[in-house]
Amino acid sequence: MTRYVLLRVGQAALVLWAAFTAGYVLLQLLPGDSILIKFQNPELGLSPQQIAEIRAYYGGGDPPIIGYLHTLLGFLRGGFGYSIDTGTPVVERLAEALPETAKLATAGFALAVLIAVVLAFAAGYSRTSWLRGALLAVPSLFVSVPAFWLGILLIQVFSFRLGLVPVIGGSPTQQLLLPVLTLAVPISAPIAQVLARGIDQVYTQPFVPVVAAKGASRWWILWRHVARNAMLPALTVAGMTFGELIAGSVVTETVFGRNGIGRLTEQAVNAQDTPVMLAVVVLASTVFVLVNLGVDLLFPVLDPRLKAAA
Amino acid sequence: MSLLDVRDLAVSYDARPAVQGISFTVEPGEVVAVVGESGSGKTTTAHSIIGLLPPNATLDGGRILLGDSDLATWSTRRMESIRGAQIGLIPQDPSNSLNPVKTVGAQIGEVLRIHKRGDRRTISRRVVDLLTRVGLPDPETRARQYPHELSGGMRQRVLIAIAIALEPRLVIADEPTSALDVTVQRRILDLIDDLRAEFGTAVLLVTHDLGIAANRSDRLIVMKDGRIEEQGPSGQVLSDPQAAYTGQLLRDAPALSVREFRAVEEPTEVEPAIVVRDLVKEFRVGRRPFRAVDGVSFEVRPGTTHALVGESGSGKTTTARMVVRFAEPTSGTVTIAGAGTVAGKGTERDFRRHVQLVYQNPYGSLDPRQSIAAIVEEPLRNFRRGDRAARRRRVRDLMERVALPESLLDRRPRELSGGQRQRVAIARALAVDPGVVVLDEAVSALDVTVQAQILDLLEELQRDLGLTYLFISHDLAVVRQISHTVSVMNKGRIVEFGTTQRVFTDPRHDYTRELLAAIPEPVR
Amino acid sequence: MKALSWLTIALVVLWAVVPALFTGYDPLAGVPAEKLRPPSTEHLFGTDAVGRDLFARVVHGSVHSLSGAFVAVAVGLLAGTLLGLLAGSTGGLLDDAVMRVADVLLSVPGLLLALTVIILLGPGTVNVAVAVGIGSVAAFARLSRSEVVRVRRSDYVEAAFGSGGRFPAVLWRHVLPNSLGPVIALAALQFGVAILAISTLGFLGYGAEPPTPEWGLLISEGRNYLATSWWLTTLPGVVVVAVVLAASRISRSIGRNTT
Repeated sequence: MTRYVLLRVGQAALVLWAAFTAGYVLLQLLPGDSILIKFQNPELGLSPQQIAEIRAYYGGGDPPIIGYLHTLLGFLRGGFGYSIDTGTPVVERLAEALPETAKLATAGFALAVLIAVVLAFAAGYSRTSWLRGALLAVPSLFVSVPAFWLGILLIQVFSFRLGLVPVIGGSPTQQLLLPVLTLAVPISAPIAQVLARGIDQVYTQPFVPVVAAKGASRWWILWRHVARNAMLPALTVAGMTFGELIAGSVVTETVFGRNGIGRLTEQAVNAQDTPVMLAVVVLASTVFVLVNLGVDLLFPVLDPRLKAAA
Repeated sequence: MSLLDVRDLAVSYDARPAVQGISFTVEPGEVVAVVGESGSGKTTTAHSIIGLLPPNATLDGGRILLGDSDLATWSTRRMESIRGAQIGLIPQDPSNSLNPVKTVGAQIGEVLRIHKRGDRRTISRRVVDLLTRVGLPDPETRARQYPHELSGGMRQRVLIAIAIALEPRLVIADEPTSALDVTVQRRILDLIDDLRAEFGTAVLLVTHDLGIAANRSDRLIVMKDGRIEEQGPSGQVLSDPQAAYTGQLLRDAPALSVREFRAVEEPTEVEPAIVVRDLVKEFRVGRRPFRAVDGVSFEVRPGTTHALVGESGSGKTTTARMVVRFAEPTSGTVTIAGAGTVAGKGTERDFRRHVQLVYQNPYGSLDPRQSIAAIVEEPLRNFRRGDRAARRRRVRDLMERVALPESLLDRRPRELSGGQRQRVAIARALAVDPGVVVLDEAVSALDVTVQAQILDLLEELQRDLGLTYLFISHDLAVVRQISHTVSVMNKGRIVEFGTTQRVFTDPRHDYTRELLAAIPEPVR
Repeated sequence: MKALSWLTIALVVLWAVVPALFTGYDPLAGVPAEKLRPPSTEHLFGTDAVGRDLFARVVHGSVHSLSGAFVAVAVGLLAGTLLGLLAGSTGGLLDDAVMRVADVLLSVPGLLLALTVIILLGPGTVNVAVAVGIGSVAAFARLSRSEVVRVRRSDYVEAAFGSGGRFPAVLWRHVLPNSLGPVIALAALQFGVAILAISTLGFLGYGAEPPTPEWGLLISEGRNYLATSWWLTTLPGVVVVAVVLAASRISRSIGRNTT
């Protein structure tokens, strides 16, 4: 068991390091000194002392490997370098943007799981074939909808037509409503699909008729036996969608004009602000790797067969 | 009044009739066996009684009287009240019939919870009682374990405990032992017998195995193509079958038809076709090495059949795989006449011309995307035998050899029946004229009548082509019929070796005796 | 359902190849007097703020989305499947290495990966397509590897070696045909996903330059008239949804036929 945990943690660390390195090579090594030159742009209004600090951080003039180690060390300490766009430390900009996105992503993920579970269970319980078909078609519609278009459509319907949610102003909860829905819909789809497929598959297992032969009702079978088994693959997929949450926030925050990681990313791309982009990529990758590590470690607890294997 | 009275039952799947005109009765405390091959409708009949037909099935007519009530007219909700309480079910495959993520105790206790028999404490006491009753040692520990921690036989005992927990009047046992080793099989059937005697429960025993049905039932129902061919007291049906089909089943079932042992000529100085010397195979399980095959030696004379018999985990399949060089022995040697001993670069492919393997599952061993013609031709292409026209002629010859019509040449494997697929696999194996054919449970997945045909074909081919067979099987009755000599394997070792006649009539090892005791009388 | 999906794709492909067959209007030049007209028989999708026919813009825009998606799928399919095949059929150290690289690629969300590529290569239709394609390499690599490994473990592949087959022959005759089905299904699915991603990047402004009638860009331009002209955003979006939905349906029917 301990071996399994250590192995998984080690693998996660390796993936993170590789993601950082790849990002560094692409975003800082290739552009190289051009980054340092940009900081001397008088428009940024940096003092000579600040410029010297930045040069030291990036290991200006040193061989590339030293620069790399400098930056890696910086990331490990929680310092992510300096924004080319504003000259301020990246960590400050991230700290500013993170809470908004965290709120959005948490609510969006919760709603996505709720939608997925309701859809999959309703389809699994229903015996009417047209209703089942309709419920199962919903997720494939959901993945086919461009998130930005969905957001626009929601604004159009709920704000302009029905006047339910004010376009400008409104309470923080009201403001969160449509973005959360926009974020949740595409993410709910893969979870719902895997969960529904899992439920179907578990229903074909020989142990299901045995439970039915005990006199169990349909709901008893679905809830106490099928759900537990179908949850395992859905959990894996739910973990995989965490990366999509951060990517989805780019679109959602742009459409709804919210400030967060997504908006920061967009600005970084527009300004070719590679240090900010590197930080965002590493952040997204970290969230993804940590969440999936958690899922992996949870698996043996949920499925006793894996405990033996682990 | 009969306990169960089924009258004129008809069931169809997607409007295609599956069973029709089924009428029979089960009296209290009686064992009624329903016998038939796959597709005969025996399982459909059994499942319609407990109302567990798949969603695409419809009950087209007939009555299912349990006492006074006609279950055919009952709602799902009402059926739930008698499932488990009045009718119990022992399923076919113990390995997947328990929920893998729930403890054994919870799954036995569940039937009591559903029917609200007592609180948590009484239920857990009753679970331990039941586990004790079905003969599981250390029941408290077992109750806390998960299904994967138990052996197949233990799991089947747990499933029996579930079926009898509420002492139902009728238990439906659907192929209860077909997935188990013979020695375990016998103990499970004994247990079902004991429980029937103790509680007076009637048993509807669904099985494809005429041997089991003959030994364990009061009355027999023979089914074919969704209809009842014949029914009556078991002794009468077996000794004086009325339907032609029953007669054929009796002749084809290796467990019931006593044939002459295949004679072995007196030893003469011929070079053996297969020589296996001190074969050892070790696998690593975790950090410990595990000896799957532990010092196996035997010789097979050309033109004869040598059987490796054993239960699952005995090492027989691993031995076979080393003989055909799909597995590397840890130590020891295999010598095939004409192909030499040493496996090395370059000799590998040449070796394949001398030794061929036929697999258990004829579907899995045929590429689903190839036509039958391409499958049979493949070895000829690999060894560049003749031009295209010559190869095509050879494929036709081979098809004729295995008694398959040429019209199948353009079909894909999935369009063929199990027996036909196995004939294709045999034709492919014979394509390059090998001297030795290794048959790994090659007839185990087939129905008895088909099995009998394939066994006849194998005998005929051996006679005509002088083939040497290494026949791997768990089925002693089949082995008795086809083999000249036998090695009995247990835990990686050969515990007994001899001519088939000697081993079956005068077994010297305790394990062989135990195996033989598990099969029906006439064959012994 | 399947026929309808193929019909949808066929129609959009025809839009891209012979747009003139479907609309007589110029997608770039507008008639100011006819600006912001709602959908009618004359202008199926209505007109935009400078009086251009929206349907004509959608029809002429299809070539950008389709060719982009095609490039993206080609990049992902070729690179991914090659890596997966290599990893699955050789095994060992190379297998481990390729799969760890796939892990790293998977750990970065597709859109961020695409944006990273755009920072490096700059915006533009081709760059966007390549960026989206790179995002799908890992998925193709993983799937094709697992398929190859699954097929290699089957009895019929062993039987093929058993009947004297050499490695390349067995790979070509048995492993490839039997493992390619699900990969082709994924390619169909990724075609839809790529159209979505390309329109998203177009919407964010990294794809084609205005006034090119790229679908994502069309929706983005319509945002300014949300309160008054619903059709400007809604109708191009419906077209995108229809095409992506059709691709995923086709993918599923391919997947069903091959397993």
